[in-house]
Amino acid sequence: MAPPPAAATILPPAQRHRGYWAGVGRRLLRDRVAMACAAVLLAILLAALLAPWLGLADPYRGSIARRLRPIGFTTPQGFTHWLGTDEQGRDMLARLVHGARLSLFLGVVPVVNAFVIGSALGILAGYAGGKVNMAIMRTIDVFYAFPSVLLAIAISGALGAGISNSLLSLTIVFVPPIARVAESVTTSVRALDFVDAARASGAGAFTIIRVHVLGNVLGPVFVYATGLVSVAMILASGLSFLGLGTRPPEPEWGLMLNTLRTAIYSQPLVAALPGAMIFVVSICFNLLSDGLRSAMDVKL
Amino acid sequence: MLLYILKRVFYVVPVALGVSLLCFLLVHIAPGDPLVSVLPADASQALVEEMRKAYGFDRPLPVQFAIWLGRALGGDLGTSIASGRPVAGEVMKAVANTFILAMAATLLGFLLGGVLGFVAGYFRDSWIDRVATTLSIVGVSVPHYWLGMVLVILFAVTLNWLPASGAGPGGSSLWAWDWEHVRYLVLPAVTMSVIPMGIVTRTLRALVGDILGQEFVDALRAKGMRDGAIFLHVVKNAAPTALAVMGLQLGYLLGGSILIETVFSWPGTGFLLNAAIFQRDLPLLQGTILVLGIFFVALNLLVDVAQAALDPRIRRG
Repeated sequence: MAPPPAAATILPPAQRHRGYWAGVGRRLLRDRVAMACAAVLLAILLAALLAPWLGLADPYRGSIARRLRPIGFTTPQGFTHWLGTDEQGRDMLARLVHGARLSLFLGVVPVVNAFVIGSALGILAGYAGGKVNMAIMRTIDVFYAFPSVLLAIAISGALGAGISNSLLSLTIVFVPPIARVAESVTTSVRALDFVDAARASGAGAFTIIRVHVLGNVLGPVFVYATGLVSVAMILASGLSFLGLGTRPPEPEWGLMLNTLRTAIYSQPLVAALPGAMIFVVSICFNLLSDGLRSAMDVKL
Repeated sequence: MLLYILKRVFYVVPVALGVSLLCFLLVHIAPGDPLVSVLPADASQALVEEMRKAYGFDRPLPVQFAIWLGRALGGDLGTSIASGRPVAGEVMKAVANTFILAMAATLLGFLLGGVLGFVAGYFRDSWIDRVATTLSIVGVSVPHYWLGMVLVILFAVTLNWLPASGAGPGGSSLWAWDWEHVRYLVLPAVTMSVIPMGIVTRTLRALVGDILGQEFVDALRAKGMRDGAIFLHVVKNAAPTALAVMGLQLGYLLGGSILIETVFSWPGTGFLLNAAIFQRDLPLLQGTILVLGIFFVALNLLVDVAQAALDPRIRRG
């Protein structure tokens, strides 16, 4: 009696779909460094989101009497400033946790924006080729001709300080590199046989882009974009550090580092804290991006 | 070779034009009237009109751009609104100071990153590779303006070995290569060098690994060449890319020195930009960015040409 063939040869759909992405997930989970970084970032993100409900001090309320107190300082009333106080007597722990909201926002959102705009431009240029490609890529070359720090500062400097202006200038800075990567990946995908096959079987440009190009291009571009988040964090905080980003009294790590600069003589440890936070988040994003890159086996 | 150079130059012209257009437009995306900072608050309408004519703000934009570009090509970048002095002179003085800092940082970072990258690439997965990889990831992830502050805390405040800021007794104009001045350079240059150090280490590690995996290395080994001689082959193959990275990094540091110059009060272009931004001195902002942008474009061109000179495969491709 022959066994029923269906069960043996055709896997249930749930298992059939677990190809590439399951492998990526498995490899990423096994990468201890990447997982540790993901945990740190998740903890900071959770603390930032839940900041008002963590029972912290008011990040805006200062006290002239208790300015620049050291780490672990306890007031006569029995309140402990675990990480000391800043130059206006505000609790550093509360400001660092609340500051994570703006700092993470300003580091991640420009890259997300640039990912959307840059991929669209790059895929359009790569797929259309010819004159469209020329027009888009030459314009991008002009923006690429500036070092990223200079471009961000030039645009922010001309527009003036403020969160929305920082967002805009950082987005403009990150569109060109992402568009370049998207364009080069799209150009190489477009030359592959399966795209010709799809076209020969009557698929329209839109279908080819949606099914074949997006599926093959977005992965590598995404990995590349995750690597830019750490640069964006440093740049965004740098803008605030220069007084071009967030305005006081808003807590933000770059701005805090700026206002605490004068305190390096009296409370060096407290003054260095906001920068240490930027460093930790930036290195975690970098290592996580490296892990993602090797898990997805992307070569750029 | 000559053909290759001509082709690169031809390609650079539109980019340089685009760069100047972008710089020109900077003033026009700025909110508010660029004359606000020159004029007293109670200036009469007639005076405003007169100033507008004097600065040429009353003409159509393309005409303004043409006039501005023509003057810029002749070396006239306008007059600083805040100081009343020609922008070109101010920028050139600052560029010289920034160049000293950026060059020192590039050389330092390149030397360290070169050694680390080569060793890490040669001895993959050894302890020294892990040290080099860690250092390079720290180098690219650290907010350098913060590192500058930490170094000041350590070496200027606590140990009192080196000065915390400034460019020495001569101020911005009298730089000299003696210890009296160079000790002011140490902290900013070291701070700045971590970026190229990290990037050069990463690039060279990957590159050397790739080269060692190529067949010609096996062939050299098979014919009995010694390791030292093979090493020279690897260096020769890595040189064009290493050079390109170094050139690009120098450009990035020239343009991106503003944060470090602010931390150390170094009297370079970053310091100038900072002043220009906060005094809303738009001609100065525009001129500084234009000079730095054109520098970067020219440097890229130079790197391309040098790379082609070193590697015949590039100029044929």
